[in-house]
Amino acid sequence: MIEFENVALRYGPAGASAGSREVLRDLTLIVPQGSFRWLLGPSGAGKTTLMRLLGLSLRPTQGRLRVLGSDVSSASRGTLAALRRRIGVVYQDFRLLGHLSVYDNVALPLRIAGRPEGQIRADVLEMLRWVGLSGRSDARPNALSGGEQQRTAIARAVIARPTLLIADEPTGNLDETQAERLMALFKEMNRLGTTVIVATHNDAMVARHPAPALRLVDGRIHERRSAS
Amino acid sequence: MSRLVERQRQRHARRLRPAGFDEFGLRTAMADRILPFLVAAMSFLALLALSGAVGAANLAREWRHGAGSALTVQVPHAQAADAQAARASAVLAALRDTPAIAEANLLSDDQLGDLLAPWLGTGVERLSLPLPSVIEARLRDGRDLPPDLAGKLDSIAPGTLVENHGPWLARLTALARSLQALAALALLVVAAVAVAVVAVATRAGLVARRAAVEIIHGLGATDGYIAGRFATRAMRLAGWGGVFGALAGVPLLFELAHLAAPFARGGEGTSAPSALIGTLPALPVLAGAIGWATAQVTVRRWLRRLR
Repeated sequence: MIEFENVALRYGPAGASAGSREVLRDLTLIVPQGSFRWLLGPSGAGKTTLMRLLGLSLRPTQGRLRVLGSDVSSASRGTLAALRRRIGVVYQDFRLLGHLSVYDNVALPLRIAGRPEGQIRADVLEMLRWVGLSGRSDARPNALSGGEQQRTAIARAVIARPTLLIADEPTGNLDETQAERLMALFKEMNRLGTTVIVATHNDAMVARHPAPALRLVDGRIHERRSAS
Repeated sequence: MSRLVERQRQRHARRLRPAGFDEFGLRTAMADRILPFLVAAMSFLALLALSGAVGAANLAREWRHGAGSALTVQVPHAQAADAQAARASAVLAALRDTPAIAEANLLSDDQLGDLLAPWLGTGVERLSLPLPSVIEARLRDGRDLPPDLAGKLDSIAPGTLVENHGPWLARLTALARSLQALAALALLVVAAVAVAVVAVATRAGLVARRAAVEIIHGLGATDGYIAGRFATRAMRLAGWGGVFGALAGVPLLFELAHLAAPFARGGEGTSAPSALIGTLPALPVLAGAIGWATAQVTVRRWLRRLR
């Protein structure tokens, strides 16, 4: 479960209002475990910042945020690391490691989690087959197209079967067929118990896959059910 | 309990990670030339300082052992040969009765001849010189020369001279200790510089691989996981630097052994460098340990800036 209680986030010097900018404010909401949410809103509304809060890259400057049962403000560094291993993130800019192959990029979360190499190999090859990158496993990210990089980033985010999956514009570089395939994967993971939050501008995609939506406007959130 | 399980899991992960898997790209970010070269130079300097310390300590020990407890007693020549032998025997007996004296021996004519050969040539006995009898004595360890000994021996054989080597030896010992202290200080400075060099190299690696560190941190890697990867790299590079520094120091050690030999007991002794040669394998180990520990601390402190 994810629980926001009067959460605000301000960029800039800590504790100073002058020279800082409040990006998120008065966020109070609950996302139950195993649910699916769209995250909608215009550019600059704070979607990426909210994603970074959920990915534990940022800490709220005000209020309380609980992710997967832990209060992120008071959790120890070890607890936060363990929490991050249960969270899969698809970044808008992919954030692949350029000096590693596609295979090693996708295998990374499993290696960090200490899985046996034999199991890693089987899982990664299966995942690469699923996202259509079987023939590109030895390629470096800079040799991939935008769509291939996005699929690599998605494979890395889901390979460890996370409890929470957050994706920032995951279909931006994918064609319609690949985007639908990706949505099928997200929905299947959601059916198996993963909480999925997808930020997107793709209204057609949202319309095809109706689900409750969190709409961010000017740093504040409005929860609503998307149009079916 | 959960922390224990987590540590075991991390150890397990390290064992399973494929050989050569370099998720942070440290083979290029912490290059394998500058750091080993600098650590090799530090190791070489450490070896020099260590040579000074061990050499000074050994020479001081040699001197203490060889001369520190030694006395030379000269019994002047008497007109009658029988009287000379009796005077020398009486002095020898008095010395042997003194509790502070461990050992006293009258030098034979041959030994005396050997002693004077450098000045008077061989066959001293043929010159018919009025040579004194010479007794070499050794004080017991930790005992000082009894202040009344010279007077006592003079009363037995007037004109008897007691030459104590203690005072000049005390000065030499103080000099050797000062040299040791200076060498220890130099070692500390070298170690501090080595720590600084490794810290700078590690920080440069962190800056160069900041994006990778942030991504891997975001994937759930613990501080220990990240610091461990940097520390392993720093340990290898510093360890190799230690190996090169130690190898470069070997010829120097033998040269020092050669130079120090005349001052050591027996003339040809090489005890100081032998002790140092024993410490050569410790240099790469120490350099590696400094590299590992410094990188661990540097990375863990740097990671504090990440959530």
